[in-house]
Amino acid sequence: MTIAHTLKIEEDRDILRIQGLTKSYETPQGSLLVLNEVNLSIPTYTSLALMGESGSGKSTLLHLIGTMDDADAGSILIDGVEITQLKESEKAALRRNKIGFVFQQFNLIASLTVAENLAFQARLADCLDEIWLAQLTHRLGLSQITSRYPEQLSGGQQQRVAIGRALAVKPRLLLADEPTGNLDEKTGDGVLALTLELVEETGCAFLMATHSARLAERLQRQCRLETGALTCS
Amino acid sequence: MKQIFWSLAALLSHWRKHPTSLATLLIGLSIATALWSGVQALNTQARSSYTRAAAIFNQGNTQNIIAQQGGYFDQDLFIRLRRSGLKVSPMLEGIIYLQKKELKIIGVEPLTSPKNLALEEGHSLKSSFDILDKEGKALISPETLQRLGSKSGDRIRTDHGTLLPPLQPLSSVPPGVIMTDIGVAQKALLRFDKLSRLIVDQRAILNRELLSRLTNSTLKIIESEEGNDLERLTDSFHLNLTAFGMLAFVVGFFIVNASVGLAFEQRLPTLRTLRALGAPAYLLVIAMLIEIAGFTLIAGLIGVTGGFLIAQELLPNVAASLEGLYGAQISSQLSLDKNWFFSAFAMAGAGALLANAAGLIKTLRLPVLNVAKPIAWREMHYGYLRRQALFSLLAFIIAILIYFLGNNLLSGFIFIACGLLGAAMLLPFILTLLLLFGETQAQHPLVRWLFADGRQEIPGLSLALMALLLTLSANIGIGGMVSGFRETFLAWLDERLVAEIYYETVTADDAREIEAWARNDREIKAVLPVWRAKTMIDNYPVEIMGMTFHDTYIKHFPLLSSKENVWENLHENDSILISEQLAQRLKININDKLILPTSENNWLVTIAGIFPDYGNPKGQIRIDHNRLALHFSDAARTHYSLRVAPISISSVITRMKTVYGEKILRIIDQEEVKKISIGIFEKTFMITGALNTLMLIVSAVALFTSLLTLSNLRLKQIAPVWAIGVSRQRLAAIELIRILIFAAGVALVAIPLGVFITWGLVTIINVLAFGWRLPLHVYPTHWLIVFVTSLITAFFASLAPIIQLARSKPIDLLKVFVNAR
Repeated sequence: MTIAHTLKIEEDRDILRIQGLTKSYETPQGSLLVLNEVNLSIPTYTSLALMGESGSGKSTLLHLIGTMDDADAGSILIDGVEITQLKESEKAALRRNKIGFVFQQFNLIASLTVAENLAFQARLADCLDEIWLAQLTHRLGLSQITSRYPEQLSGGQQQRVAIGRALAVKPRLLLADEPTGNLDEKTGDGVLALTLELVEETGCAFLMATHSARLAERLQRQCRLETGALTCS
Repeated sequence: MKQIFWSLAALLSHWRKHPTSLATLLIGLSIATALWSGVQALNTQARSSYTRAAAIFNQGNTQNIIAQQGGYFDQDLFIRLRRSGLKVSPMLEGIIYLQKKELKIIGVEPLTSPKNLALEEGHSLKSSFDILDKEGKALISPETLQRLGSKSGDRIRTDHGTLLPPLQPLSSVPPGVIMTDIGVAQKALLRFDKLSRLIVDQRAILNRELLSRLTNSTLKIIESEEGNDLERLTDSFHLNLTAFGMLAFVVGFFIVNASVGLAFEQRLPTLRTLRALGAPAYLLVIAMLIEIAGFTLIAGLIGVTGGFLIAQELLPNVAASLEGLYGAQISSQLSLDKNWFFSAFAMAGAGALLANAAGLIKTLRLPVLNVAKPIAWREMHYGYLRRQALFSLLAFIIAILIYFLGNNLLSGFIFIACGLLGAAMLLPFILTLLLLFGETQAQHPLVRWLFADGRQEIPGLSLALMALLLTLSANIGIGGMVSGFRETFLAWLDERLVAEIYYETVTADDAREIEAWARNDREIKAVLPVWRAKTMIDNYPVEIMGMTFHDTYIKHFPLLSSKENVWENLHENDSILISEQLAQRLKININDKLILPTSENNWLVTIAGIFPDYGNPKGQIRIDHNRLALHFSDAARTHYSLRVAPISISSVITRMKTVYGEKILRIIDQEEVKKISIGIFEKTFMITGALNTLMLIVSAVALFTSLLTLSNLRLKQIAPVWAIGVSRQRLAAIELIRILIFAAGVALVAIPLGVFITWGLVTIINVLAFGWRLPLHVYPTHWLIVFVTSLITAFFASLAPIIQLARSKPIDLLKVFVNAR
């Protein structure tokens, strides 16, 4: 039995619990209901693929979970903390301490080097583990390019930096919004495989929005968002 | 046409989506035009006043005859010329005082005046004066009449007691001038049988040899344009104003350039799409030119209106400055011509075109497909810094060349402008270095990000920061010059105004009576007559004042340079002291000889010393009291100063007023004279203060508009940091700190640049423009104020964008991550 398995047994509880989550947007044509009373639970060591058409609300759900947007109704518990009632500064603290976010557009900080980008969130959260960061850098194949700037990297490299930045903080929950959407199939597969490997090692819960059924199947659970409702297999 | 129309429609649709950018562009162009046209309106107004003054002598290219050495000449010469058949008309000009206000009186002879010499269109001078009217007329401009508190038909006395004919307002008379019959003028000026000028009838053929023969070479002909001394004298002042206007225009132009550059980048995809859809490049350029014409029209209209309002607001200050510096009277009614109106539009158009030039060229060369490799911001940034540094170097080289090769006022201004421009261009480079240093020193990741991201922000903000730099350094530079001048002036006043009491009597007889009394008064330690006369040197009015050989002058009178034993020389030889301005104008120095036209003949004198005379618009010469009495029989012998113990000042003044009452025209103590002098000084530099404040407002607007325009773009940089877990409020605080760091950096660069401007002004511009030499003073307290002002300006300019960021909804930041929505 590995140490990871021991931890999994000890901490086998819901890291994310969503109940009755509702969100709508005001549009010129009237109110658009994006999420309608969505319920979802994800325990630790669990990976879940969130599927759906464009505009189905995948990103909205991720943003709500990532404390970057406010819900109209419902509750979101992350690691036992109800986030919908938190103040801005508390949400920010939760984001930097417990959540890792990987964007489709990478969203690296252009003015910082790869090394600085990788360590940035962990440093902000004051939890930088140099050994873990070095391992991550090595595992992600970034060791040779740490002094480069984001614009000097390929898409795949940039996404690996984004994943490294998110995992450097050892998050309880990793959220990824179409992380391979801007990459070719082969590079995308490689990036996802590496992500799943690292997720397994950190023991965090992993929620990924994707269009691709092929990629979704590589995750433990699959859910689909349609007309605001979430159905999981 | 249809292609142009639809291309234009597509281009214009950009502004509908980006109203802030449109507002920024129009605000920048309007402000630049307003400040430029405002300053030009002031110049136009002043020049029109000078032209009105000069027109009296110069209509129809009339030739004038004046004394060979300047000053007045005998009326007999006029009679001699008339008898010889020469069609000349006499004229007498001089200064009179009405209700203690100085006015220029011009005496003309309507009967002999040339037909083309007219004040009113369609009316000869004869009809304007109505020669059949026995009482005669004193023609005066309506604004001067109002200034005197009189009304049409009033008869008033000069302060010396001459009753003038009824006042008749006439708008074509220059402000500050009274035109009347020559006989009246001779009486008012106490210049009986004297003339200052002869106007030659346009039809007359006058050759110099004949004139020389008839007048024994005592008179000379001058061409009409030579007579406009006021315009020539005030040229430097107007050049100063124009330089200020140009600087303000450049600051405004920076705003336009920033927003135009940004708009071009934002519109690049649209331009590419239009090219891909078959719109030729030249057609897009035409559409953009039409757009520019539209902006010019809108901004030009706003700018012209703003310029008019600014000019109206500043006109009293400019009038006060010109009166204080040169004694020039400017009409207080702003009246502008169509040239001014169209030139304002031309400037708006030129500004818009120049700002768009790069965009137009890029559009012409735009490939249909974006084949070029996307240039990374770092590469762009370094390229930008390299270009800026290169331009900066070029500007510095030009400045150095001009410093060594230039020798006039314009080259002085170009030297300072190149220095300023060079430093402004170098600013992004200096700020980058500062931020790099901060980045290497910072430990906390957010602080590192603050510096690193700041570097990325520099290209977008650099124009606004350059505008702020120009404003702050101009503030330090001009403020330093004015403060240095004030300090020098006050010290000079203390040295110059040593006597405790100054008085002027009504007549010379009164003066003699009071002098005799004062010499026997126990409380009065010394009586110092300060008789004065007026003459003309090189066609320029000069005041001659007498000095007694007394410790008051020997120990205190400030001299910039002098011969050895200057006071003995002055007392015993034909030596004079000359004011710095006059020496500069006449290009003479110590030991040089000068012909001084006296009331009777010419007197050859030697320059024994040069003294500063900052407050006086006229040239001034100091000579020994006894020699003044000898050579200037027409000198006013009514001015005196007294030395008394400070404790006795008020009692002596009271006794003199009690005993001599109406015989004393005015009597004031030292403190009062200082107060009046300082008042004149402050008035003189009011315009500088007002323009400085305006510039600061403009640069605050430049910074504000740049920050506002950039705020949307900034979201791209800010959103990832927010997503990682930094609250919007904290990010807003960081943004504010970053702007304040920029402002502090700019202020730090502005300090040496400001000192450079002060140095340029006191050592080059002032000497060439005003004939004043000033010591270079530096004011660290002023620097501190400017430093704080910079921070406050940046704080207020960034307040709205920062609040906008702090209050931004998460959805605004999320948009950065979501392409689809």
